[in-house]
Amino acid sequence: MTPASLLDLGIGAVALALAAFAGAARSSFAAIVGFVALGLLLALAWLRLGAPDVALTEVAIGGGLTGLLLIGAERRLRARAMAEASDPVSTRVRVAAAVLSAGVAAGLAAAVLSLPIPAPTLGPAALRELPRTGLDNPVTAALIAFRAFDTLAEKVVLLLALVGVWSLAPDREWGGRPGQRYPLDADGVLAFLVRLLVPVGVVFGGYILWVSAGAPGGAFQGGAILATMWLAARMAGLTDAPRLCASRVRWALAAGPLVFFAAGLAGPLVAGGFLAWPVGFEKPVIVAIEIPLMLSIAAVLGLLLAGPAQRDGAR
Amino acid sequence: MTGATPLLWMAVVVPMLAAVVALALGGRAGERIHLVLLPAGLAIAVGIAVQAARSEVPLHYHLGGWAPPLGVALRADWASAAMLLVTAAVMCAVGLYARGPLGTPKGVGEARAPYAFWVLLPGVWAGLNAVFLCADLFSGYVALELLTFGAVPLVCLDGRGETLDAALRYLLFALLGSMLYLVGTALLYGTYGTLDIGLLSRHLRGEPALWIAIALMTTGLLAKTALFPLHLWLPPAHAGAPAPASAVLSALVVKAPFFLVVRLWLDVLRGGAGTPAAGLLAALGAAAILFGNVLALRQARLKLMIAYSTIAQLGYLFLIFPLAASPAALTGGVLQAINHALAKAAMFLAAGLLAERLGHDRVAGLGGAGRAHPVPVLAFALAGVALVGLPPSGAFLAKWFLVSAAAQTGQSWLSRVTDVGALLTSAYVFLVLARAFATPVEPLVARTPPARHRDAAALALAVLAALLGLAPLAAPGSASGVSQVDLGKALAYAVSVAALWPVAAGAALAFALSRRTADPPARGVLLALDRSLRQWPVAGISLAAVALSLGAAFLLRDARW
Amino acid sequence: MSTATLFGVYGAVLVGIGLYGMIVQTELLRRIVAFDVLGSGIFLIFGAVARRGAAGGLASDPIPQAMVITGLVVAFAATGVATALLLRLSASAEGVARRPEGPP
Repeated sequence: MTPASLLDLGIGAVALALAAFAGAARSSFAAIVGFVALGLLLALAWLRLGAPDVALTEVAIGGGLTGLLLIGAERRLRARAMAEASDPVSTRVRVAAAVLSAGVAAGLAAAVLSLPIPAPTLGPAALRELPRTGLDNPVTAALIAFRAFDTLAEKVVLLLALVGVWSLAPDREWGGRPGQRYPLDADGVLAFLVRLLVPVGVVFGGYILWVSAGAPGGAFQGGAILATMWLAARMAGLTDAPRLCASRVRWALAAGPLVFFAAGLAGPLVAGGFLAWPVGFEKPVIVAIEIPLMLSIAAVLGLLLAGPAQRDGAR
Repeated sequence: MTGATPLLWMAVVVPMLAAVVALALGGRAGERIHLVLLPAGLAIAVGIAVQAARSEVPLHYHLGGWAPPLGVALRADWASAAMLLVTAAVMCAVGLYARGPLGTPKGVGEARAPYAFWVLLPGVWAGLNAVFLCADLFSGYVALELLTFGAVPLVCLDGRGETLDAALRYLLFALLGSMLYLVGTALLYGTYGTLDIGLLSRHLRGEPALWIAIALMTTGLLAKTALFPLHLWLPPAHAGAPAPASAVLSALVVKAPFFLVVRLWLDVLRGGAGTPAAGLLAALGAAAILFGNVLALRQARLKLMIAYSTIAQLGYLFLIFPLAASPAALTGGVLQAINHALAKAAMFLAAGLLAERLGHDRVAGLGGAGRAHPVPVLAFALAGVALVGLPPSGAFLAKWFLVSAAAQTGQSWLSRVTDVGALLTSAYVFLVLARAFATPVEPLVARTPPARHRDAAALALAVLAALLGLAPLAAPGSASGVSQVDLGKALAYAVSVAALWPVAAGAALAFALSRRTADPPARGVLLALDRSLRQWPVAGISLAAVALSLGAAFLLRDARW
Repeated sequence: MSTATLFGVYGAVLVGIGLYGMIVQTELLRRIVAFDVLGSGIFLIFGAVARRGAAGGLASDPIPQAMVITGLVVAFAATGVATALLLRLSASAEGVARRPEGPP
């Protein structure tokens, strides 16, 4: 095992400081910025841990999209003057919480320090079975082949979360457009920049998916980039959010999981089991699944960011 | 592979497909798809049960053809099959009932609450089946998240501030529980290189990382199942949700985390958790029984009373852990879970019908309901019989298993606790019935024309619960360990004085309480304790305290390894 | 101490910080931020486990990496639902009123 370097100590120390800042900062906005910075720093940690796929996901979704969500929420809450001061928590409770949380952290740290050497691992097993999947990136293989069921279930989790968010719309706005309408300044800097950036971003997102068969990347990371490009286009006023009752929205969301299901259901007929991929055709099948999957992921991430319907409802 | 069957993945995939297609098609499609889903889901559950009964080994399926530890498997033993069946039964009743209050109104293309309900409900069904069939602990995590994201929006479907508050509280506490569960899986993988339940149970050695992991995972699951003192979110959530959602939440959603605790303690640890830890769980369960039942008696609103009753009934489930040495204990636990699921769902559906027709939810104002709306009241009464544990309900059989296992292992304090629980339960059941048959202050005005099939749904569940104890006669499954001899012995016990005195005492208490015409007072030690425990910071501290106590209890146990 | 174990311990501390924040924060949005910090800590622990599983030419065990990616996406969805609930609650007039057991 590689010994920890000064770099690792530094990354960790700054990470802890940012986390403490995010907890203790006076203003919510500062806390959120601290959290986003933490996310970006943790991406470095993931690289040090030898997990570039995860680093990509952390940066795009953990730090990036989550940060956007929180900043948007903080602004809307501030606008409603809802920084409500509930009764501050008493010192006794703070001390008790601190002691117990420290206890849990200590227990976790003790467990981590007592993990066995040599560490058990499924890496060699994954490498052995990799040729059967037709892929070269073992993380992609884990997501789409070995543990495809978890990925499929997770897609359904995302859709349920989105419908849950949609259900929070006021009845009269049901089916309308989420988020606000951003004004378009056609000659402004923002519109110009976004017009340059979006095509590059879309290509980049597609590339990240395409290359994930053999290099770090994947449908989730690519989808997150596409979702962000859509947000950028909306914020520049170049496009407006669609009405949520539109069938193209609904089918865009469902297409990915449905293709995944269809491929999985074809498994028992051609490959011997549910979610088994046909021998010799794994790569085309996986690519055929991942493209609609990425589009659906982009749609669901982007719509989760946009929130429930707020205007132009059906009634 | 003997015992491999595709029905296992179908049980999870079919409801998932229903949810996704309902989302895509929109409009009335959700309700219509559900009409197809109900018989399909029921058929799959029955199919799995039949195959499980015939097979000597538990049913299994390797998804994608990848065997664990690299791949993910599904597994069904008799306990899974039983839970799948009761899930299908409750879903059928709820699916038929909910077409009334949550059907898309005429003349409207699509409405918010119905659309969301008919997408989320199959999602919850998929999550439940996934939990009951999972053989991999990380799949269990994803299944739990299916349940959380499906259940939380159902709580605030009516859009009132109260229910939004309850939903947010439920979401945050449930997420906290998921996080604790997740970190435990990280530690287990780091120690054993697999999260497959079967493989873990074979490779266990008693190291500290194992105990810390199990302590954290168990605590997370206790938070999600709302075991005392981690119950803060349950009363407002289950009482505030629409009646069909409350039925699913109380009957099924809170059972899934319990099922995972059973898998962890009885399958992974193979019963080797040690006395202090098992005793801690049982102590919390006992506290839940006493606390929940007393508070149920003090509630002025019917749905809150039923919600607190759920908190109490969940306590019974955790009494089985000190008895894990005896196989009857698990049978009793699963029977109790099924019995409660059917009875509680029936109760919430009946309460929903009464609330619609009387226009209010107050226990003291139920006068005349017995005569004006006999079917819901009958459903409530039968469900009450099942909760109290009178024969031939499932609870009487479950209680006998528990009591005999307790006597065998010298833990007779458990029987005292169940006696007091039965007393209090019969008290509030009889109280509600007494109120329902009292003469009303003003004559009763029926507000909604009766919808026969919805009454029938509630009644059917209640009848199932009340007759569940006869199930072993129909299916003498040796795997579950229930034989006809047991049935005879259980019956003899159930009609003895030892079993009946709590019911009689409870009825007397109910009679005394029903003399009061006002709502019960809102003061009292336990009410104050409840209010304090249900403040967020206190509940958070309780959570951390439970985790640390469990960890300490594990580390101090007598080593079995 | 190896890189992996160091980051694992850092992860444990982040879990403690996040847990403390979730318990004592009165502002709901800050509680959600604390939840995300808690999640980051847990994922770091997974990362430590993955790094320790480096073998056969791989820098890190792919199975825990896949679990972390799944977890990150679920955590984002959770944050999304929680913030949407919070915004709706703040828009609803009754949400401001105090309840006997205190705000959520």
